Amino acid sequence: MSEGIIQPDQPETIEGEGKDLFSKFDDIIALREGLLASGQEDPFNLVMEKVLSPTRAICNGRETILLGTYNYMGMTFDPDVIEAGQQALTDFGSGTTGSRVLNGTYQGHKECEEALKDFYAMDHAMVFSTGYQANLGIISTIAGKGDYIVLDIDSHASIWDGCAMGNAEVVPFKHNDIEAMEKRLKRIPEEAGKLVVLEGVYSMLGDIAPLKEMVAVAKKYGAMVLVDEAHSMGFIGENGRGVVEQAGVIDDVDFIIGTFSKSVGTVGGFCVSNHPKFEIMRLVCRPYVFTASLPPSVVATAATSIRKLMHGSNKRAHLWENSKRLHGGLKDLGFQLGTEEPQSAIIAVIMPDLEKGAAMWEALIKGGLYVNLARPPATPANMTLLRCSLCAEHSEEEVGQILEIFEQAGKDVGII
Amino acid sequence: MDRAEVDARIRELAAPFNKKGVTITEDTTFANDLEFDSLTVMDFVAEIEDEFDIIISMNQQAEIENYGQLVDAVTKLQAD
Repeated sequence: MSEGIIQPDQPETIEGEGKDLFSKFDDIIALREGLLASGQEDPFNLVMEKVLSPTRAICNGRETILLGTYNYMGMTFDPDVIEAGQQALTDFGSGTTGSRVLNGTYQGHKECEEALKDFYAMDHAMVFSTGYQANLGIISTIAGKGDYIVLDIDSHASIWDGCAMGNAEVVPFKHNDIEAMEKRLKRIPEEAGKLVVLEGVYSMLGDIAPLKEMVAVAKKYGAMVLVDEAHSMGFIGENGRGVVEQAGVIDDVDFIIGTFSKSVGTVGGFCVSNHPKFEIMRLVCRPYVFTASLPPSVVATAATSIRKLMHGSNKRAHLWENSKRLHGGLKDLGFQLGTEEPQSAIIAVIMPDLEKGAAMWEALIKGGLYVNLARPPATPANMTLLRCSLCAEHSEEEVGQILEIFEQAGKDVGII
Repeated sequence: MDRAEVDARIRELAAPFNKKGVTITEDTTFANDLEFDSLTVMDFVAEIEDEFDIIISMNQQAEIENYGQLVDAVTKLQAD
């Protein structure tokens, strides 16, 4: 029965005035305002006015060394990559205005998928509009009601969102803990479908997963395995195929998820697989179907970049040199780091708290160095981190400069 | 194992996580009364899972807000 008829159109006194759906964000608004009230430069509102190279830009009016991008292999200004993009823009126009399954698949999308199949030596490749959508789409589509997803607690947001979008039972385990993972797999009903989701490199601390052991355990319990290699592509493994290649388990994993927005140097995401029925994903995976495909220039730059990365062994070697030198240098200066040894191109410097972290970030940016400030809830164990991600194009001299800027800032802020 | 036994065991497991020494009743909530953050929840759940050899999926955890609900859920899961 409706009571509407005896109520006035408007309540006479408004309860909870000023409250609306945005009230739930009040705490985070207050936290941010508190931080900026101290005169702190906003770490989450940086504008690059001009990009000079993969490693240099003008940020907030200052020439800055970039040590917080995911441009690991420095492909963004590669002349062949740029030329391919310009040609595609001229030949195919600025965008596809359609879904991959309708009018949005051009020659360039197929060529990009061919490049991925060659890069990974796998039978199937599917290109998504972003890496986020690749995880969201594949995970939510293959693991449904009654299935189980076993995943590392430090997984990327796109993995969690993929789990939430499907209806599978979600079972997390402690970060990189092989025994905790096995215990959970063992307890799942034998007949249930199982998907284990892992990452090659965990992007917050820059540590890698013990994939050799973990993939073996997953297979022992009949689980399919999906590995996100977003932060390792082009760099880790003999052919740059990722931690799965370095660990010698690439043939045992069912799906590799990756992105074009890191080493490849543009935007987009993908999944490669040898599963014989993989192509059906193109029809049933909603984040693939119900969005526009990547612009022709983007897939052309991606395809060219991927093919060049196959021959990037010299760059890979130089990037490892950079990573080792920066890690060792920061450690010698007395900074606390996320890993004992360098395991990837990411080196995380652990800050005592958000306030000190923000102050350190500001001292670095004023000294001409951009790093990534990462804070909870994106970080494990509620840590505040300054994340440094190296590029193969950082010169030896630049790494030296980076260490000098860190030393000065660390002393000014009183962290070392 | 009956509900009282499950309750007693979970109480033991909860003690080290109950940093403020809050008196735990059936209605005590994990988020507000015990102030468990997501990491504490993960560690606490892992201890219970290992103790009873069960899985409490994230989906099931979402339904559990207070202590009484947890004891009910574990009593049911370990009997299955």
